[in-house]
Amino acid sequence: MDQFTSIFTDAASYRLITIVILSIFLGIEVISRVPSVLHTPLMSGANAIHGVVIIGAIIVMGQAGADDYLALMLGFLAVVLGTLNVVGGFVVTDRMLEMFSKKKKTK
Amino acid sequence: MESTILLLSYLIGSITFIIGLKMLSHPETARKGNLVAAAGMTLAIFATIFLWENPNTHERLHNYGWIFGGLIIGTIVGTMAAKKVQMTSMPEMVSLFNGMGGACAMLISLIEYRKPEAKSMGEMIVVVLGMLIGTVSFAGSMVAWGKLNGRIKDRTIPGAQAINFLLFGGMIVLAIMVIGGFTSNPYLFYGILALAAAYGILFVMPIGGADMPVVISLLNSFTGCAAAFGGFLYDNPVMLTGGILVGSAGTILTILMCKAMNRSLKNVLIGSFGGQKAGTAAGDKEQGAYKEISLNDTAVLMAYAQKVMIIPGYGLAVAQAQHACHELEKVLEEKGVEVSYGIHPVAGRMPGHMNVLLAEADVPYEKLLEMEDANDQMASENVVLILGANDVVNPAAKDDPASPIFGMPILEVEKAEHVIVNKRSMKPGYAGIENELFFRPKTSMLFGDAKKVLQSLVAELKQV
Repeated sequence: MDQFTSIFTDAASYRLITIVILSIFLGIEVISRVPSVLHTPLMSGANAIHGVVIIGAIIVMGQAGADDYLALMLGFLAVVLGTLNVVGGFVVTDRMLEMFSKKKKTK
Repeated sequence: MESTILLLSYLIGSITFIIGLKMLSHPETARKGNLVAAAGMTLAIFATIFLWENPNTHERLHNYGWIFGGLIIGTIVGTMAAKKVQMTSMPEMVSLFNGMGGACAMLISLIEYRKPEAKSMGEMIVVVLGMLIGTVSFAGSMVAWGKLNGRIKDRTIPGAQAINFLLFGGMIVLAIMVIGGFTSNPYLFYGILALAAAYGILFVMPIGGADMPVVISLLNSFTGCAAAFGGFLYDNPVMLTGGILVGSAGTILTILMCKAMNRSLKNVLIGSFGGQKAGTAAGDKEQGAYKEISLNDTAVLMAYAQKVMIIPGYGLAVAQAQHACHELEKVLEEKGVEVSYGIHPVAGRMPGHMNVLLAEADVPYEKLLEMEDANDQMASENVVLILGANDVVNPAAKDDPASPIFGMPILEVEKAEHVIVNKRSMKPGYAGIENELFFRPKTSMLFGDAKKVLQSLVAELKQV
Protein backbone atom coordinates (compact mmCIF):
# COMPACT_ATOMS: atom_id res chain seq x y z
CA MET A 1 0.00 0.00 0.00
CA ASP A 2 2.81 2.35 0.89
CA GLN A 3 4.32 1.73 -2.48
CA PHE A 4 1.03 2.56 -4.07
CA THR A 5 0.43 5.81 -2.17
CA SER A 6 3.99 6.86 -2.89
CA ILE A 7 2.90 7.39 -6.49
CA PHE A 8 0.97 10.41 -5.25
CA THR A 9 3.32 11.65 -2.60
CA ASP A 10 6.44 11.35 -4.73
CA ALA A 11 6.71 14.54 -6.79
CA ALA A 12 8.34 12.84 -9.79
CA SER A 13 5.74 10.13 -10.25
CA TYR A 14 2.93 12.57 -9.60
CA ARG A 15 4.29 14.74 -12.40
CA LEU A 16 4.46 11.75 -14.74
CA ILE A 17 0.88 10.77 -13.98
CA THR A 18 -0.25 14.32 -14.71
CA ILE A 19 1.55 14.22 -18.06
CA VAL A 20 -0.10 10.89 -18.90
CA ILE A 21 -3.61 12.09 -18.16
CA LEU A 22 -3.22 15.36 -20.04
CA SER A 23 -1.62 13.54 -22.99
CA ILE A 24 -4.53 11.13 -23.20
CA PHE A 25 -7.00 13.99 -23.56
CA LEU A 26 -4.71 15.83 -25.93
CA GLY A 27 -4.39 12.77 -28.17
CA ILE A 28 -8.15 12.41 -28.38
CA GLU A 29 -8.70 16.11 -28.94
CA VAL A 30 -6.02 16.53 -31.59
CA ILE A 31 -7.32 13.97 -34.05
CA SER A 32 -11.01 13.77 -33.29
CA ARG A 33 -12.03 15.54 -36.48
CA VAL A 34 -9.91 13.87 -39.13
CA PRO A 35 -11.42 13.15 -42.57
CA SER A 36 -11.47 9.46 -43.46
CA VAL A 37 -9.13 10.14 -46.38
CA LEU A 38 -6.38 10.83 -43.90
CA HIS A 39 -6.93 7.82 -41.66
CA THR A 40 -4.14 5.82 -43.24
CA PRO A 41 -1.47 8.53 -43.34
CA LEU A 42 -2.37 9.59 -39.82
CA MET A 43 -2.03 6.04 -38.57
CA SER A 44 1.30 5.80 -40.33
CA GLY A 45 2.46 9.10 -38.84
CA ALA A 46 1.41 8.02 -35.36
CA ASN A 47 3.27 4.78 -36.01
CA ALA A 48 6.44 6.77 -36.63
CA ILE A 49 5.92 8.86 -33.49
CA HIS A 50 5.76 5.88 -31.16
CA GLY A 51 9.18 5.06 -32.57
CA VAL A 52 10.26 7.46 -29.81
CA VAL A 53 10.84 4.20 -27.95
CA ILE A 54 14.23 4.34 -29.70
CA ILE A 55 15.32 6.77 -26.98
CA GLY A 56 14.87 4.01 -24.42
CA ALA A 57 16.91 1.70 -26.62
CA ILE A 58 19.70 4.28 -26.86
CA ILE A 59 19.75 4.76 -23.09
CA VAL A 60 19.89 1.01 -22.49
CA MET A 61 22.56 0.54 -25.12
CA GLY A 62 24.68 3.42 -23.86
CA GLN A 63 24.76 2.02 -20.34
CA ALA A 64 25.54 -1.58 -21.17
CA GLY A 65 28.84 -2.82 -19.78
CA ALA A 66 31.57 -3.38 -22.34
CA ASP A 67 31.80 -7.08 -21.45
CA ASP A 68 28.07 -7.80 -21.19
CA TYR A 69 27.76 -9.17 -24.69
CA LEU A 70 24.17 -10.29 -24.37
CA ALA A 71 23.06 -6.80 -23.31
CA LEU A 72 25.15 -5.27 -26.09
CA MET A 73 23.62 -7.56 -28.71
CA LEU A 74 20.06 -7.09 -27.50
CA GLY A 75 20.58 -3.34 -27.14
CA PHE A 76 22.04 -3.10 -30.61
CA LEU A 77 19.08 -5.02 -32.01
CA ALA A 78 16.73 -2.69 -30.12
CA VAL A 79 18.42 0.38 -31.61
CA VAL A 80 18.22 -1.06 -35.13
CA LEU A 81 14.55 -2.00 -34.77
CA GLY A 82 13.67 1.33 -33.16
CA THR A 83 15.40 3.23 -35.96
CA LEU A 84 13.53 1.15 -38.54
CA ASN A 85 10.30 2.16 -36.85
CA VAL A 86 11.16 5.86 -36.79
CA VAL A 87 12.82 6.28 -40.18
CA GLY A 88 10.65 3.81 -42.06
CA GLY A 89 7.55 5.25 -40.46
CA PHE A 90 8.26 8.85 -41.38
CA VAL A 91 9.41 8.01 -44.92
CA VAL A 92 6.35 5.87 -45.67
CA THR A 93 4.06 8.59 -44.32
CA ASP A 94 5.82 11.17 -46.44
CA ARG A 95 5.40 9.01 -49.51
CA MET A 96 1.69 8.63 -48.86
CA LEU A 97 1.26 12.35 -48.36
CA GLU A 98 3.41 13.25 -51.33
CA MET A 99 0.57 11.97 -53.46
CA PHE A 100 -1.85 14.29 -51.77
CA SER A 101 0.28 17.32 -52.43
CA LYS A 102 0.79 16.38 -56.08
CA LYS A 103 -2.84 16.82 -56.84
CA LYS A 104 -2.75 20.34 -55.50
CA LYS A 105 -0.36 21.37 -58.23
CA THR A 106 -2.70 20.08 -60.92
CA LYS A 107 -5.51 22.17 -59.48
CA MET B 1 23.37 23.45 -18.15
CA GLU B 2 23.52 20.39 -20.32
CA SER B 3 20.60 18.76 -18.58
CA THR B 4 18.63 21.96 -19.21
CA ILE B 5 19.39 21.70 -22.92
CA LEU B 6 18.36 18.04 -22.85
CA LEU B 7 15.06 18.78 -21.15
CA LEU B 8 14.45 21.69 -23.49
CA SER B 9 15.04 19.39 -26.47
CA TYR B 10 12.58 16.92 -24.99
CA LEU B 11 10.03 19.66 -24.51
CA ILE B 12 10.45 20.77 -28.12
CA GLY B 13 10.20 17.13 -29.18
CA SER B 14 6.92 16.67 -27.33
CA ILE B 15 5.49 19.85 -28.78
CA THR B 16 6.42 18.86 -32.34
CA PHE B 17 4.63 15.53 -31.83
CA ILE B 18 1.46 17.31 -30.78
CA ILE B 19 1.66 19.85 -33.60
CA GLY B 20 2.64 17.11 -36.05
CA LEU B 21 -0.40 15.01 -35.20
CA LYS B 22 -2.63 18.07 -35.38
CA MET B 23 -1.29 18.99 -38.82
CA LEU B 24 -1.53 15.39 -39.99
CA SER B 25 -5.27 15.51 -39.52
CA HIS B 26 -5.77 18.26 -42.12
CA PRO B 27 -5.18 17.56 -45.82
CA GLU B 28 -3.30 20.78 -46.59
CA THR B 29 -0.87 20.62 -43.71
CA ALA B 30 -0.47 16.85 -43.40
CA ARG B 31 2.84 16.50 -45.15
CA LYS B 32 4.42 19.36 -43.28
CA GLY B 33 3.09 17.90 -40.03
CA ASN B 34 4.91 14.67 -40.69
CA LEU B 35 8.16 16.55 -41.27
CA VAL B 36 7.68 18.62 -38.12
CA ALA B 37 7.29 15.48 -36.03
CA ALA B 38 10.31 13.91 -37.75
CA ALA B 39 12.44 16.96 -36.96
CA GLY B 40 11.39 16.84 -33.31
CA MET B 41 12.21 13.17 -33.17
CA THR B 42 15.69 13.74 -34.62
CA LEU B 43 16.37 16.46 -32.06
CA ALA B 44 15.22 14.24 -29.18
CA ILE B 45 17.35 11.33 -30.39
CA PHE B 46 20.57 13.31 -30.74
CA ALA B 47 20.03 15.20 -27.50
CA THR B 48 19.71 11.85 -25.75
CA ILE B 49 22.87 10.45 -27.29
CA PHE B 50 25.06 13.41 -26.34
CA LEU B 51 23.47 14.90 -23.25
CA TRP B 52 21.72 12.17 -21.30
CA GLU B 53 23.25 11.20 -18.00
CA ASN B 54 22.33 8.60 -15.44
CA PRO B 55 20.43 10.37 -12.63
CA ASN B 56 22.22 8.33 -9.93
CA THR B 57 25.79 8.00 -11.16
CA HIS B 58 25.82 11.08 -13.44
CA GLU B 59 27.56 8.97 -16.03
CA ARG B 60 27.17 9.81 -19.70
CA LEU B 61 26.26 7.19 -22.29
CA HIS B 62 29.04 5.21 -23.90
CA ASN B 63 29.10 2.50 -26.60
CA TYR B 64 28.77 5.21 -29.27
CA GLY B 65 30.04 2.82 -31.91
CA TRP B 66 27.20 0.43 -31.25
CA ILE B 67 24.60 3.19 -31.05
CA PHE B 68 25.61 4.88 -34.28
CA GLY B 69 26.08 1.54 -35.99
CA GLY B 70 22.51 0.64 -35.11
CA LEU B 71 21.17 4.03 -36.14
CA ILE B 72 22.94 3.92 -39.49
CA ILE B 73 21.87 0.37 -40.31
CA GLY B 74 18.29 1.11 -39.25
CA THR B 75 18.20 4.32 -41.28
CA ILE B 76 19.53 2.74 -44.45
CA VAL B 77 17.33 -0.34 -44.29
CA GLY B 78 14.27 1.65 -43.20
CA THR B 79 14.63 4.27 -45.93
CA MET B 80 15.20 1.70 -48.64
CA ALA B 81 12.28 -0.45 -47.56
CA ALA B 82 9.97 2.56 -47.30
CA LYS B 83 11.06 4.00 -50.65
CA LYS B 84 10.82 0.76 -52.56
CA VAL B 85 7.48 -0.41 -51.29
CA GLN B 86 4.63 -0.21 -53.77
CA MET B 87 1.57 1.88 -53.02
CA THR B 88 -0.53 -1.26 -52.66
CA SER B 89 1.76 -2.69 -50.00
CA MET B 90 1.87 0.42 -47.80
CA PRO B 91 -0.50 -1.03 -45.20
CA GLU B 92 1.66 -4.08 -44.58
CA MET B 93 4.73 -1.87 -44.40
CA VAL B 94 3.12 0.19 -41.64
CA SER B 95 2.31 -3.02 -39.82
CA LEU B 96 5.89 -4.22 -40.17
CA PHE B 97 7.35 -0.98 -38.79
CA ASN B 98 4.85 -1.06 -35.97
CA GLY B 99 6.04 -4.54 -35.09
CA MET B 100 9.63 -3.28 -35.01
CA GLY B 101 8.64 -0.64 -32.45
CA GLY B 102 6.94 -3.30 -30.33
CA ALA B 103 10.00 -5.54 -30.51
CA CYS B 104 12.18 -2.59 -29.51
CA ALA B 105 10.06 -2.00 -26.38
CA MET B 106 10.22 -5.71 -25.59
CA LEU B 107 14.03 -5.77 -25.85
CA ILE B 108 14.41 -2.72 -23.61
CA SER B 109 12.37 -4.42 -20.89
CA LEU B 110 14.33 -7.62 -21.33
CA ILE B 111 17.66 -5.87 -20.83
CA GLU B 112 16.37 -3.86 -17.87
CA TYR B 113 15.07 -7.03 -16.26
CA ARG B 114 18.45 -8.69 -16.58
CA LYS B 115 20.24 -5.85 -14.79
CA PRO B 116 21.42 -6.97 -11.34
CA GLU B 117 20.27 -3.84 -9.47
CA ALA B 118 17.19 -4.26 -7.31
CA LYS B 119 14.05 -2.72 -8.74
CA SER B 120 11.21 -1.03 -6.93
CA MET B 121 7.71 -2.31 -7.45
CA GLY B 122 6.91 0.63 -9.72
CA GLU B 123 9.90 -0.15 -11.92
CA MET B 124 8.91 -3.79 -12.04
CA ILE B 125 5.39 -2.87 -13.17
CA VAL B 126 6.63 -0.79 -16.08
CA VAL B 127 9.25 -3.35 -17.09
CA VAL B 128 6.77 -6.23 -17.12
CA LEU B 129 3.93 -4.28 -18.76
CA GLY B 130 6.25 -2.71 -21.31
CA MET B 131 7.48 -6.13 -22.33
CA LEU B 132 4.04 -7.67 -22.32
CA ILE B 133 2.42 -5.03 -24.50
CA GLY B 134 5.46 -4.70 -26.75
CA THR B 135 5.49 -8.44 -27.38
CA VAL B 136 1.75 -8.65 -28.11
CA SER B 137 2.14 -5.75 -30.52
CA PHE B 138 5.16 -7.30 -32.20
CA ALA B 139 3.63 -10.76 -32.62
CA GLY B 140 0.27 -9.35 -33.69
CA SER B 141 1.82 -6.98 -36.22
CA MET B 142 3.82 -9.79 -37.77
CA VAL B 143 0.63 -11.81 -38.27
CA ALA B 144 -1.17 -8.75 -39.68
CA TRP B 145 1.75 -8.20 -42.02
CA GLY B 146 1.66 -11.83 -43.14
CA LYS B 147 -2.07 -11.66 -43.69
CA LEU B 148 -1.92 -8.53 -45.80
CA ASN B 149 0.76 -9.87 -48.11
CA GLY B 150 -1.00 -13.20 -48.34
CA ARG B 151 1.61 -15.29 -46.58
CA ILE B 152 -0.81 -16.16 -43.82
CA LYS B 153 -4.28 -17.27 -44.79
CA ASP B 154 -7.39 -16.50 -42.81
CA ARG B 155 -8.21 -19.45 -40.67
CA THR B 156 -10.43 -20.07 -37.74
CA ILE B 157 -8.91 -21.92 -34.82
CA PRO B 158 -11.46 -23.95 -32.89
CA GLY B 159 -11.84 -22.58 -29.39
CA ALA B 160 -9.59 -19.63 -30.16
CA GLN B 161 -11.49 -17.41 -27.78
CA ALA B 162 -11.16 -19.85 -24.89
CA ILE B 163 -7.43 -20.26 -25.58
CA ASN B 164 -6.97 -16.49 -25.73
CA PHE B 165 -8.82 -16.12 -22.47
CA LEU B 166 -6.57 -18.69 -20.81
CA LEU B 167 -3.43 -17.09 -22.22
CA PHE B 168 -4.57 -13.70 -21.01
CA GLY B 169 -5.36 -15.04 -17.55
CA GLY B 170 -2.00 -16.81 -17.43
CA MET B 171 -0.19 -13.59 -18.30
CA ILE B 172 -1.98 -11.67 -15.54
CA VAL B 173 -1.17 -14.34 -12.94
CA LEU B 174 2.49 -14.52 -13.95
CA ALA B 175 2.75 -10.74 -14.09
CA ILE B 176 1.35 -10.40 -10.57
CA MET B 177 3.77 -13.04 -9.31
CA VAL B 178 6.76 -11.34 -10.89
CA ILE B 179 5.75 -7.80 -9.98
CA GLY B 180 4.70 -8.67 -6.46
CA GLY B 181 8.07 -10.26 -5.87
CA PHE B 182 6.56 -13.62 -4.86
CA THR B 183 9.28 -15.27 -6.83
CA SER B 184 12.59 -14.26 -8.31
CA ASN B 185 12.67 -17.12 -10.76
CA PRO B 186 13.59 -15.46 -14.08
CA TYR B 187 11.84 -18.19 -16.05
CA LEU B 188 8.50 -16.81 -14.95
CA PHE B 189 9.43 -13.54 -16.60
CA TYR B 190 10.33 -15.35 -19.81
CA GLY B 191 7.09 -17.27 -19.41
CA ILE B 192 5.20 -13.96 -19.71
CA LEU B 193 7.16 -13.25 -22.87
CA ALA B 194 6.15 -16.59 -24.39
CA LEU B 195 2.50 -16.20 -23.41
CA ALA B 196 2.40 -12.65 -24.75
CA ALA B 197 3.81 -13.79 -28.09
CA ALA B 198 1.27 -16.61 -28.32
CA TYR B 199 -1.51 -14.23 -27.36
CA GLY B 200 -0.48 -11.69 -30.00
CA ILE B 201 -0.53 -14.36 -32.71
CA LEU B 202 -3.82 -15.93 -31.69
CA PHE B 203 -5.47 -12.57 -31.15
CA VAL B 204 -4.92 -11.47 -34.76
CA MET B 205 -5.10 -14.87 -36.45
CA PRO B 206 -8.91 -15.30 -36.57
CA ILE B 207 -9.60 -11.72 -37.66
CA GLY B 208 -10.38 -11.45 -41.36
CA GLY B 209 -7.91 -9.78 -43.68
CA ALA B 210 -10.41 -7.05 -44.55
CA ASP B 211 -10.31 -5.86 -40.97
CA MET B 212 -6.51 -5.69 -40.77
CA PRO B 213 -6.35 -1.86 -40.97
CA VAL B 214 -8.41 -1.62 -37.81
CA VAL B 215 -6.21 -4.21 -36.12
CA ILE B 216 -3.02 -2.46 -37.19
CA SER B 217 -4.35 0.81 -35.85
CA LEU B 218 -5.14 -0.89 -32.55
CA LEU B 219 -1.71 -2.54 -32.35
CA ASN B 220 -0.28 0.87 -33.18
CA SER B 221 -1.80 2.31 -30.04
CA PHE B 222 -0.52 -0.71 -28.09
CA THR B 223 3.01 0.07 -29.17
CA GLY B 224 2.40 3.67 -28.13
CA CYS B 225 1.56 2.44 -24.62
CA ALA B 226 4.65 0.21 -24.57
CA ALA B 227 6.78 3.24 -25.47
CA ALA B 228 5.12 5.22 -22.69
CA PHE B 229 6.10 2.55 -20.15
CA GLY B 230 9.67 3.11 -21.27
CA GLY B 231 9.08 6.79 -20.48
CA PHE B 232 8.07 5.86 -16.94
CA LEU B 233 11.12 3.68 -16.55
CA TYR B 234 13.60 6.39 -17.52
CA ASP B 235 11.54 9.28 -16.21
CA ASN B 236 11.68 10.51 -19.77
CA PRO B 237 9.04 13.10 -20.69
CA VAL B 238 9.34 12.85 -24.48
CA MET B 239 8.89 9.07 -24.52
CA LEU B 240 5.96 9.50 -22.22
CA THR B 241 4.14 12.17 -24.23
CA GLY B 242 4.97 10.56 -27.57
CA GLY B 243 3.84 7.14 -26.41
CA ILE B 244 0.66 8.23 -24.68
CA LEU B 245 -0.32 10.58 -27.52
CA VAL B 246 -0.09 7.71 -29.98
CA GLY B 247 -1.80 5.42 -27.51
CA SER B 248 -4.84 7.65 -27.15
CA ALA B 249 -4.91 9.06 -30.68
CA GLY B 250 -4.47 5.52 -32.02
CA THR B 251 -7.41 4.27 -30.00
CA ILE B 252 -9.64 7.07 -31.24
CA LEU B 253 -8.45 6.47 -34.79
CA THR B 254 -9.30 2.79 -34.44
CA ILE B 255 -12.81 3.70 -33.33
CA LEU B 256 -13.17 6.21 -36.19
CA MET B 257 -12.13 3.52 -38.67
CA CYS B 258 -14.71 1.15 -37.24
CA LYS B 259 -17.32 3.88 -37.50
CA ALA B 260 -16.47 4.40 -41.17
CA MET B 261 -17.42 0.75 -41.65
CA ASN B 262 -20.39 1.15 -39.33
CA ARG B 263 -19.22 -1.61 -37.05
CA SER B 264 -18.19 -1.74 -33.46
CA LEU B 265 -14.67 -2.54 -32.35
CA LYS B 266 -15.94 -5.56 -30.47
CA ASN B 267 -17.59 -6.82 -33.61
CA VAL B 268 -14.30 -6.49 -35.51
CA LEU B 269 -12.23 -8.20 -32.84
CA ILE B 270 -14.53 -11.13 -32.37
CA GLY B 271 -14.36 -11.32 -36.11
CA SER B 272 -17.58 -11.94 -37.93
CA PHE B 273 -15.72 -11.39 -41.18
CA GLY B 274 -13.68 -14.38 -42.15
CA GLY B 275 -15.67 -16.32 -39.59
CA GLN B 276 -17.45 -19.53 -40.35
CA LYS B 277 -20.86 -17.95 -40.73
CA ALA B 278 -19.90 -15.51 -43.44
CA GLY B 279 -19.55 -18.10 -46.16
CA THR B 280 -22.79 -19.89 -45.54
CA ALA B 281 -24.96 -16.82 -45.04
CA ALA B 282 -25.15 -16.17 -48.74
CA GLY B 283 -23.94 -19.50 -50.01
CA ASP B 284 -27.26 -21.13 -49.25
CA LYS B 285 -29.10 -18.63 -51.31
CA GLU B 286 -29.93 -19.47 -54.83
CA GLN B 287 -27.57 -17.86 -57.27
CA GLY B 288 -29.16 -16.28 -60.27
CA ALA B 289 -27.55 -15.96 -63.64
CA TYR B 290 -25.27 -13.07 -64.38
CA LYS B 291 -24.77 -11.49 -67.75
CA GLU B 292 -21.50 -10.61 -69.33
CA ILE B 293 -20.81 -7.59 -71.46
CA SER B 294 -18.15 -7.25 -74.13
CA LEU B 295 -15.48 -4.57 -74.19
CA ASN B 296 -16.95 -3.13 -77.33
CA ASP B 297 -20.41 -2.79 -75.86
CA THR B 298 -18.98 -1.22 -72.73
CA ALA B 299 -17.09 1.32 -74.80
CA VAL B 300 -20.21 2.26 -76.75
CA LEU B 301 -22.31 2.47 -73.64
CA MET B 302 -19.83 4.77 -71.95
CA ALA B 303 -19.11 6.93 -74.98
CA TYR B 304 -22.78 7.81 -75.38
CA ALA B 305 -23.42 8.32 -71.71
CA GLN B 306 -23.64 11.80 -70.23
CA LYS B 307 -22.38 10.94 -66.83
CA VAL B 308 -20.15 8.09 -65.77
CA MET B 309 -19.09 7.26 -62.26
CA ILE B 310 -16.09 5.07 -61.58
CA ILE B 311 -16.01 3.13 -58.32
CA PRO B 312 -12.56 1.84 -57.53
CA GLY B 313 -11.78 -0.96 -55.11
CA TYR B 314 -8.94 -3.21 -54.13
CA GLY B 315 -8.91 -4.82 -57.59
CA LEU B 316 -7.73 -1.50 -59.02
CA ALA B 317 -4.91 -1.34 -56.49
CA VAL B 318 -3.80 -4.92 -57.13
CA ALA B 319 -3.75 -4.42 -60.88
CA GLN B 320 -1.89 -1.08 -60.48
CA ALA B 321 -4.52 0.27 -62.84
CA GLN B 322 -4.75 3.82 -61.48
CA HIS B 323 -2.97 5.34 -64.49
CA ALA B 324 -5.08 3.38 -66.96
CA CYS B 325 -8.09 4.57 -65.02
CA HIS B 326 -7.06 8.20 -65.36
CA GLU B 327 -6.47 7.57 -69.07
CA LEU B 328 -10.02 6.29 -69.43
CA GLU B 329 -11.32 9.33 -67.60
CA LYS B 330 -9.47 11.67 -69.98
CA VAL B 331 -10.69 9.87 -73.12
CA LEU B 332 -14.26 10.01 -71.86
CA GLU B 333 -13.97 13.70 -70.99
CA GLU B 334 -12.73 14.43 -74.49
CA LYS B 335 -15.94 12.88 -75.73
CA GLY B 336 -17.91 15.19 -73.48
CA VAL B 337 -18.78 12.63 -70.87
CA GLU B 338 -18.81 13.86 -67.30
CA VAL B 339 -16.68 11.54 -65.19
CA SER B 340 -16.53 11.32 -61.42
CA TYR B 341 -15.23 8.83 -58.90
CA GLY B 342 -17.29 7.42 -56.07
CA ILE B 343 -15.01 6.71 -53.14
CA HIS B 344 -16.18 4.50 -50.34
CA PRO B 345 -14.31 5.35 -47.15
CA VAL B 346 -13.09 1.80 -46.68
CA ALA B 347 -12.59 0.77 -50.31
CA GLY B 348 -9.32 -1.07 -50.70
CA ARG B 349 -7.41 -2.38 -47.76
CA MET B 350 -7.15 0.83 -45.77
CA PRO B 351 -9.27 3.92 -45.33
CA GLY B 352 -8.11 6.50 -47.84
CA HIS B 353 -6.38 3.85 -49.94
CA MET B 354 -8.23 4.85 -53.13
CA ASN B 355 -7.60 8.57 -52.69
CA VAL B 356 -3.89 7.98 -52.37
CA LEU B 357 -3.86 5.67 -55.34
CA LEU B 358 -5.82 7.96 -57.65
CA ALA B 359 -3.84 10.98 -56.51
CA GLU B 360 -0.73 9.13 -57.64
CA ALA B 361 -2.21 9.00 -61.14
CA ASP B 362 -2.93 12.77 -61.00
CA VAL B 363 -6.68 12.40 -60.90
CA PRO B 364 -7.97 15.86 -59.91
CA TYR B 365 -9.17 16.09 -56.34
CA GLU B 366 -12.57 17.56 -57.24
CA LYS B 367 -13.47 14.42 -59.16
CA LEU B 368 -13.28 12.24 -56.09
CA LEU B 369 -16.68 12.19 -54.43
CA GLU B 370 -17.15 11.01 -50.89
CA MET B 371 -19.75 8.38 -50.33
CA GLU B 372 -22.65 10.69 -49.37
CA ASP B 373 -22.11 12.99 -52.34
CA ALA B 374 -21.67 10.04 -54.66
CA ASN B 375 -24.93 8.51 -53.48
CA ASP B 376 -26.73 11.83 -53.98
CA GLN B 377 -25.55 11.95 -57.58
CA MET B 378 -26.08 8.27 -58.26
CA ALA B 379 -29.58 8.60 -59.72
CA SER B 380 -28.34 10.93 -62.45
CA GLU B 381 -25.51 8.64 -63.56
CA ASN B 382 -25.91 6.75 -66.81
CA VAL B 383 -23.14 4.25 -66.26
CA VAL B 384 -21.41 3.16 -63.09
CA LEU B 385 -18.17 1.29 -63.65
CA ILE B 386 -17.05 -0.75 -60.65
CA LEU B 387 -13.38 -1.60 -60.75
CA GLY B 388 -12.54 -4.42 -58.39
CA ALA B 389 -14.77 -3.21 -55.59
CA ASN B 390 -17.14 -5.70 -54.06
CA ASP B 391 -18.20 -5.50 -50.44
CA VAL B 392 -18.60 -1.72 -50.55
CA VAL B 393 -21.32 -2.01 -53.20
CA ASN B 394 -22.97 -5.15 -51.83
CA PRO B 395 -26.71 -4.51 -51.44
CA ALA B 396 -26.80 -7.18 -48.72
CA ALA B 397 -25.46 -4.50 -46.38
CA LYS B 398 -28.80 -2.74 -46.78
CA ASP B 399 -31.36 -5.47 -47.08
CA ASP B 400 -30.04 -8.71 -45.62
CA PRO B 401 -29.96 -8.59 -41.82
CA ALA B 402 -28.27 -12.00 -41.77
CA SER B 403 -25.29 -10.72 -43.70
CA PRO B 404 -22.11 -10.06 -41.72
CA ILE B 405 -21.79 -6.67 -43.34
CA PHE B 406 -25.39 -5.68 -42.66
CA GLY B 407 -25.56 -2.04 -41.62
CA MET B 408 -22.37 -0.94 -43.35
CA PRO B 409 -23.04 2.12 -45.50
CA ILE B 410 -22.55 1.30 -49.16
CA LEU B 411 -22.44 3.05 -52.48
CA GLU B 412 -25.96 2.60 -53.82
CA VAL B 413 -24.99 1.88 -57.39
CA GLU B 414 -28.33 0.43 -58.30
CA LYS B 415 -29.84 3.87 -58.48
CA ALA B 416 -27.84 4.43 -61.66
CA GLU B 417 -29.02 3.41 -65.08
CA HIS B 418 -26.38 0.78 -65.88
CA VAL B 419 -23.93 -0.97 -63.64
CA ILE B 420 -20.82 -2.54 -65.13
CA VAL B 421 -18.70 -4.61 -62.80
CA ASN B 422 -15.10 -5.39 -63.63
CA LYS B 423 -13.73 -8.33 -61.69
CA ARG B 424 -11.22 -11.04 -62.35
CA SER B 425 -13.68 -13.82 -61.62
CA MET B 426 -16.93 -14.52 -59.83
CA LYS B 427 -15.10 -15.14 -56.59
CA PRO B 428 -16.61 -13.35 -53.60
CA GLY B 429 -14.89 -10.28 -52.15
CA TYR B 430 -12.58 -10.06 -49.22
CA ALA B 431 -15.29 -10.48 -46.63
CA GLY B 432 -16.11 -13.83 -48.24
CA ILE B 433 -19.71 -12.90 -48.97
CA GLU B 434 -21.60 -13.43 -52.19
CA ASN B 435 -22.66 -10.22 -53.84
CA GLU B 436 -26.18 -10.25 -55.14
CA LEU B 437 -25.52 -7.11 -57.11
CA PHE B 438 -23.84 -9.22 -59.79
CA PHE B 439 -27.07 -11.06 -60.46
CA ARG B 440 -29.34 -8.05 -60.61
CA PRO B 441 -30.89 -7.15 -63.96
CA LYS B 442 -29.11 -3.78 -64.23
CA THR B 443 -25.70 -5.32 -63.77
CA SER B 444 -23.34 -6.54 -66.47
CA MET B 445 -20.06 -8.26 -65.77
CA LEU B 446 -16.81 -7.39 -67.52
CA PHE B 447 -14.24 -9.98 -66.55
CA GLY B 448 -10.50 -9.49 -66.59
CA ASP B 449 -7.57 -7.80 -64.92
CA ALA B 450 -8.49 -4.16 -64.25
CA LYS B 451 -5.43 -2.71 -65.96
CA LYS B 452 -5.75 -4.76 -69.15
CA VAL B 453 -9.48 -4.17 -69.34
CA LEU B 454 -9.05 -0.42 -68.90
CA GLN B 455 -6.32 -0.23 -71.50
CA SER B 456 -8.41 -2.14 -74.04
CA LEU B 457 -11.38 0.01 -73.13
CA VAL B 458 -9.39 3.16 -73.85
CA ALA B 459 -8.33 1.73 -77.21
CA GLU B 460 -11.93 0.83 -78.05
CA LEU B 461 -13.19 4.23 -76.98
CA LYS B 462 -10.75 6.00 -79.25
CA GLN B 463 -12.33 4.20 -82.20
CA VAL B 464 -15.93 4.84 -81.26
